[in-house]
Amino acid sequence: MASKTKAAAAKGGEVLTYNQGTFRNSALVRQQTLAAYLFMLPALFFFVLFVVVPMVMCLVTSFFDYRMGKPLTFVGLAQYVKMFQDPTFLKALQNTFILVIVAVPAVTAFSLWVSSVVYQFSAFKRSFFRCIFYLPVVTGTVAVAVVWKWMFNKYTGLINYVLGATGIIHENISWLGDARFALGCIILILFTTSIGQPIVLYIAALGNVDPSLIDAAEVDGANNFQVFWQIKWPQIMPTTLYILVITTINTFQCYALIQLLTSGGPNHATDTIMYYIYYQAFKLNDYGYGDAMGVVLAIIIAVLSAIQFKVTGSGATD
Amino acid sequence: METSVKSKKLTPGKVAVDIVLFLLAVFFIFPLYWIITGSFKDRVAVNANPPVWFPTAPTLDNYQRLFDNPALLWLGNTVLMAVAAMALTCLTAAMAGYVLAKKRFPGRALIFSIMICAMALPKQVILIPLLKEMSFLGLHDTLWAVILPTVGWPFGIFLMKQFSETIPGEMIEAARIDGAGEIRTFVSIILPMVTPGLGALAIFTFINSWNDYFLQLIMLNSRNSLTISLGIAKIQAEMSNDYGLIMAGAALAAIPIIAVFLAFQKYFTQGIAMGAVKG
Repeated sequence: MASKTKAAAAKGGEVLTYNQGTFRNSALVRQQTLAAYLFMLPALFFFVLFVVVPMVMCLVTSFFDYRMGKPLTFVGLAQYVKMFQDPTFLKALQNTFILVIVAVPAVTAFSLWVSSVVYQFSAFKRSFFRCIFYLPVVTGTVAVAVVWKWMFNKYTGLINYVLGATGIIHENISWLGDARFALGCIILILFTTSIGQPIVLYIAALGNVDPSLIDAAEVDGANNFQVFWQIKWPQIMPTTLYILVITTINTFQCYALIQLLTSGGPNHATDTIMYYIYYQAFKLNDYGYGDAMGVVLAIIIAVLSAIQFKVTGSGATD
Repeated sequence: METSVKSKKLTPGKVAVDIVLFLLAVFFIFPLYWIITGSFKDRVAVNANPPVWFPTAPTLDNYQRLFDNPALLWLGNTVLMAVAAMALTCLTAAMAGYVLAKKRFPGRALIFSIMICAMALPKQVILIPLLKEMSFLGLHDTLWAVILPTVGWPFGIFLMKQFSETIPGEMIEAARIDGAGEIRTFVSIILPMVTPGLGALAIFTFINSWNDYFLQLIMLNSRNSLTISLGIAKIQAEMSNDYGLIMAGAALAAIPIIAVFLAFQKYFTQGIAMGAVKG
């Protein structure tokens, strides 16, 4: 047992606590194992009870007709079939993809640009800009949403005033009440609340790029553009990948802004999957249908994350 | 951390970048400015056209009306919730992260893989079954219903595992040879060494819990158990054009958490970077 674990340790290159000393008997191993489980227990308790169990329940109930005040009946894949014949779901799916396709590249590219400027500043200025761009995240969705709702207001909103005063528009626009503009407004606000974390990550990653590589490239006559693409970009690739994945996941889950700003309106123009799930589950009390849509959303996110890993990962090794 | 010596010469390109960055900073800070100034405007100033850029005759009327709602109770609930979620998360994650990083035991790899997979899934998807579970446990509409799922989310374990891996195994071994038990080793050797990680996790959990509007919305609904975020949303839904009052509520929700963030932002930014870059 002890030699086996030691071999495993040598393979993993890590130091194990229980086979380094002079005692190598199984009683010590048993005691260490027991201690490890006891240390894991509290975290596992919360994780299993409040993450794993609901995940399993979500999957299981998606195969049932499960509504408030009705008996549970097994319906197989009927919820999934119903979903793809539901025009509102398809509209919500489309809107969600628009959000992701616009917001994820915009957030990633913009935060990379800001970070590559800001990380060269002095520590104080760097910290200042990092805080500024993180501010909308910390402020909280509700506070951000209510102030934007006011600014977008047709009559008392600042945006109509500024655009009117500068002659860009001639009559007030009902930004959040007009199907042509509402989704765009949501994307703008989503953008301001999404770039904080990527900027923090990119600034850290760019700070970790080996300066001697940059110096060497500059001595060899590389310009800024070449230094960026040849030296920095490959080194920050893991961070880019992580940012793409978390931004995709977060954008797919966009709910609070929709609920607070438009309630999915006008006429489902700003429904997202997440909003529609909770509309079905908590307004119409159709839990089974909501859970089935949740499963589909989870699958979409898992597939997209895998694709991003594959595409971006292989791009890095070229 | 500064890289190579950059030339200090100002070029038109650099000036343009600085101007763009400055304008962006103004754009990002403006909503907060509008919340704070709006909260001191009277009804006339709030609805004025052209807008009042700065309230020259500030009024506390909005805050008085805000406190006629149980806004202080909502704020108290929010603080209680965020502190409890933070403390429980830090304790459980520090213990689990330590053994996942530093001990071998059967099932270790499996547990860690499941946690990583769970983190890649959208956590909002499980809110429907979670609500049913909380009702079943009799915790629905109590603060526990928002605290416990926050503690269960495995990000903290992941983060603390990253930090625990930097602890030299020799130190743990030395403590054991000196006769320190598991708990004493953890408290007097491990915890001091992972303090930066714990600081990051604490502030991260506090802010996330404070701002997790969706979870709060699903779990809490009676007037006296609301959080400040839910309270503001409720006021907005009921009095949608009373922007002075709504801004006062937004200020009350935002200012404390921004103050906490600014006070501990060093830990926070370190932690976010550590969790991802090393992950």
